[in-house]
Amino acid sequence: MLRIVNGRIHDPANGVDGEVRDICIADGRIVADVPPEARRLDASGLVVMPGGVDIHCHIAGPKVNLARKLQPEDHRRDVHPRTAFTRSGTGGTVPSTFTTGYRYATLGYTTAMEAAVPPIGARHTLEEFHDTPVIDKGFYVLMGNNVLLYRLLEQGRHDEFRNALAWWLSATKAYTAKLVNPGGDEAWKGRRNANITRLDEKIESFELTPRQVIGELIRAVDELGLPHPAHIHCNNLGHSGNYETTLETMRIAEGHRAHITHIQFHSYGEVPGKSSHNPTSRAREISDFVNDHPNISADVGQVMFGKATSMTADAPLAYMLARFGDGKWVNADTEHEAGCGIVPFAYQDRVYTHALQWAIGLELFLLSKDPWRMVFSTDHPNGGSFMSYPRLIRLLMDREFRREEMKKINQKALHGTALADGLDREYTLNEIAIITRAGPARLLGLANKGHLGAGADADITLYEEHPDKERMFGAPRHVIKDGQFIIEDHEFRADHEGRVLHVAPDHDPQITEVIRPFFEEFYSMRFSNYPVDDHYLGKHEVVPTAKQRTTSS
Amino acid sequence: MEGISLAETMILIGGRSSKQGTSLCAGKLGSEYMDVSSTVEMNAEDMARLGLKDNDRVRLRSATGEAIVRCKAKPAKELPPGLLFIAYGPHSSALMTGDTAGSGMPLSKNLDVEVEPIDGNNTEGSRAG
Amino acid sequence: MSDKIRIVNDATCTFCGCVCDDMNLTVDLEEHKITKAENACVLGRAWFKEHGIEDRPFALIDGREATTDEAIEAAAQILAKSRYPVVYGLSDTTCEAQRHAVAIADMIGGTVDTTTSVCHGPSGMAFQGVGESTATLGEIRNRADLLVFWGGNPAESHPRLFSRYAVTPKGMYIPRGKKDRTVVLVDVRRTQSAAVADIFIQVKPRRDFEVLWALRALVKGRRVDPSIEQVTGVPLATLEDLASRMKSCRFGALLFGMGLTMTRGRHFNSGALLALATDLNEFTHFVAKPVRGHGNVTGADNVVSWQTGYPFGVNFSRGFPRFNPGEYTTVDLLSRGDADAALIIAADPGANFPQPAIEHLKRIPVIVLDPKPTHTAKLAKVAITTATYGISVPGTVYRMDDVTVTLRPALPSPYPSDEQVLTRIEERVRELLGGNRLPPLPVPAGAAA
Repeated sequence: MLRIVNGRIHDPANGVDGEVRDICIADGRIVADVPPEARRLDASGLVVMPGGVDIHCHIAGPKVNLARKLQPEDHRRDVHPRTAFTRSGTGGTVPSTFTTGYRYATLGYTTAMEAAVPPIGARHTLEEFHDTPVIDKGFYVLMGNNVLLYRLLEQGRHDEFRNALAWWLSATKAYTAKLVNPGGDEAWKGRRNANITRLDEKIESFELTPRQVIGELIRAVDELGLPHPAHIHCNNLGHSGNYETTLETMRIAEGHRAHITHIQFHSYGEVPGKSSHNPTSRAREISDFVNDHPNISADVGQVMFGKATSMTADAPLAYMLARFGDGKWVNADTEHEAGCGIVPFAYQDRVYTHALQWAIGLELFLLSKDPWRMVFSTDHPNGGSFMSYPRLIRLLMDREFRREEMKKINQKALHGTALADGLDREYTLNEIAIITRAGPARLLGLANKGHLGAGADADITLYEEHPDKERMFGAPRHVIKDGQFIIEDHEFRADHEGRVLHVAPDHDPQITEVIRPFFEEFYSMRFSNYPVDDHYLGKHEVVPTAKQRTTSS
Repeated sequence: MEGISLAETMILIGGRSSKQGTSLCAGKLGSEYMDVSSTVEMNAEDMARLGLKDNDRVRLRSATGEAIVRCKAKPAKELPPGLLFIAYGPHSSALMTGDTAGSGMPLSKNLDVEVEPIDGNNTEGSRAG
Repeated sequence: MSDKIRIVNDATCTFCGCVCDDMNLTVDLEEHKITKAENACVLGRAWFKEHGIEDRPFALIDGREATTDEAIEAAAQILAKSRYPVVYGLSDTTCEAQRHAVAIADMIGGTVDTTTSVCHGPSGMAFQGVGESTATLGEIRNRADLLVFWGGNPAESHPRLFSRYAVTPKGMYIPRGKKDRTVVLVDVRRTQSAAVADIFIQVKPRRDFEVLWALRALVKGRRVDPSIEQVTGVPLATLEDLASRMKSCRFGALLFGMGLTMTRGRHFNSGALLALATDLNEFTHFVAKPVRGHGNVTGADNVVSWQTGYPFGVNFSRGFPRFNPGEYTTVDLLSRGDADAALIIAADPGANFPQPAIEHLKRIPVIVLDPKPTHTAKLAKVAITTATYGISVPGTVYRMDDVTVTLRPALPSPYPSDEQVLTRIEERVRELLGGNRLPPLPVPAGAAA
């Protein structure tokens, strides 16, 4: 039992903006009150926020492990020694699992969502989760290029489509359905590394278009009442002029919820008549659309200068990046489900496109009218490591610092962006609390996270007030997870196992008789060995669907 | 010592074989595995030239070790002249050097070995036996 | 059906890296053995047949029979006292056990290494330099119309690679099975695998690198001198034909084995092949796949990688993982006489390692965990009999293409699993050390998180 006193509370979900209040903890949760003999923590001079919630990162699973293995040079530069009770590891942009968990904790983050896992890789991801300490975590399962779903959709079997989707989510212990470059995999694998570029283009070998796939998945996820909507990496990522694809994709949602991820990479215009070498910013159009459509949410996918690792299920994109550079490239196809590509990368402030990407990300943050729906991410490690989050926070909160940084970048890239027009906004602590905690938690439908009201999980971060926001957010004094001190006075106090967050949507059990024959004919493993056994979950929590919430209460 | 020394240098490839795989399941200390992994396949013409027939013993000597194994003829179509094949086991391991050239991997394929008949038409061993 | 007979369907064979999960086993519970393994190849049948429950000592200490408990205590004492121990093997055990092995090495500041270092370690090193274009086996089965097997003999080492995964089966885009595929076999000798090959290319020993590099040149449209035939034994026309087939196929796959890693050039050979596969993606979809030998060596790679950042040969002496093949790989640690103790799990370096390494194993205290008597167990100070994974022990394994399978054990065993033994050793060592051993030297400035 613990009572935190004298801290300045930032709990935007409950309308608390910097007031000094007590926070009480008992049995791993925040409670209204605790007895007077409970331990007291004096939080004078400290800002108290819920633990950070990362809505989109790449931290565990087959793709991540390939990227880890790929870059020993990255690890050598950044070691993570063991302590008396914590495991050692290595860092860089793709840290080893123990280091990942510990480092998120050192930033005051307590929940993170792995953004893309093929169903056949779910078991591997859960194994890595088991070795990722402290944080609660979940993952999004790749369904946007699933061959059986395509077949069902092609044949107009909508109910079976939805049931199969529900089955897949349950069987893999996923959190929601992820779409990445829908329709692209069939061209990549089946037509000599081609890609798909238009939403109304026919998908290779199918009587389907990406538009149909996107629409069907958005609706099916909505019908299932999942806590988080379809999570979408739009087609044409990185290409000049792709903002139109992004707008079109958002329009497909037609009032249903949809989440567009790392939307910065999808906000590019082009100079008419010129090729893809001169992208421009269309952040305003994208920002306006998101502002005007409450059913749409997004995370920014900010680019941060320095080292990154491009790792994506968008295999054609990764190959394109690899061909620009000279270095190593990984491609890994997954039968009937997905693809992936990995390319070590570095963003340089001198390079026009990189500087433009950086500027567009900041535009999206600063033009956003609703921080609850335009939340924080760098698409770690694609745009930059999660270790750069404190620096990004500073960029948003400190316009002087931002201006200094703007002077260092390729100036041509700044022209035509809202930054050059003197976009002066500074994020307040409350807004930071929204985009890094309360907002992502709400978008994820995690009722007990991202806030400090009674009933919430006792995931709490206490930062030392400091004018340098990078320093402030880079080293919280205390980090509490499930009511336990993980970090106290800047030191690790305990190791801790976080929970796996997943959904178990109801579905017609007969759907397995639709899935099984496809499996038996085309997969390389037995259907009975495919679903993930419960014992891989360890500590876990099933987050209810809308229907499950109402029937249980 | 009388007799012609017919030691020749050949290239030894260690590898897996079906028999080696099945016998190792029975146990690596068992006789079937020991038999399989102590048999070297040799090109039939090479064997004839060395005066060897199936099951004759030969001494294989590498830069760092040696092993006495029994030979078995293979037609040139399957095993070119100058090449030897042996299933992985303690005999093939005895011929490997511990120097991995900084790679962690000791060479176990395409090793230069000296092949010296012990049994066979042209050797001391055969005259004695 | 008598209750002395049990049928287990969809069990997994872990003899080789194919990790076939379609085994239907008939188990005689009275005789404590598996009498039938439907769908198994000849190697799998031997695997299941020979891993019945035998009456063996639970443990041996200095050659005398002992209990498992005594052996665990003796093992823990050895490890706690050692200063530069090596934990080695791990390719024939579950991921659950592998994780504890890494934990032990981390705790005591030793080295953890797997049989990868003497198998596809060089391919892992090449991967770090080049990357790899690859795919799961199901993609190859369903799409590959050109298969190139290089430096391996799957007919004898991975029979179902041909029959279940790559050559004979029909696929979604390969409706006629083998008739829709072209199979190329490249090796220094014509093995049994040639029976399925449409084209056999014989390379002079130690010249694979030159052949691969010439193919890279041809794929990129460069000129290659006809003298390549003298160097490699392969005529230029053959190479030109192969390059042309590779560029014009719809989905090609290069599957390669120890013929590249265990010979002159090692990681350069693997690297050349991986680079060739990458180059070909300019023209068509092409993947490469190292063919892994043991049932869970891929699991070992994955576990060690996610826990440390490096795939094998990882040293923890300074408090954090360090990777340097040649320095922290087991053959070297032993041959140079560096290691002062060894914990060997599910591997037999006493049979498979070079002599200098074996000699050193005889000089240091060795702890072995294995279901069967092995050459290593014979020279070990502490030998613990453990149950066989997949047959008696549940857990997770990774197929050669990183696909995971959960094992369905068929035959109860009186012996503990590797995981159980390692967990107890880990706990006891932690007690003896009072927590993770912290290195005496300070960590260099800037290195810590």
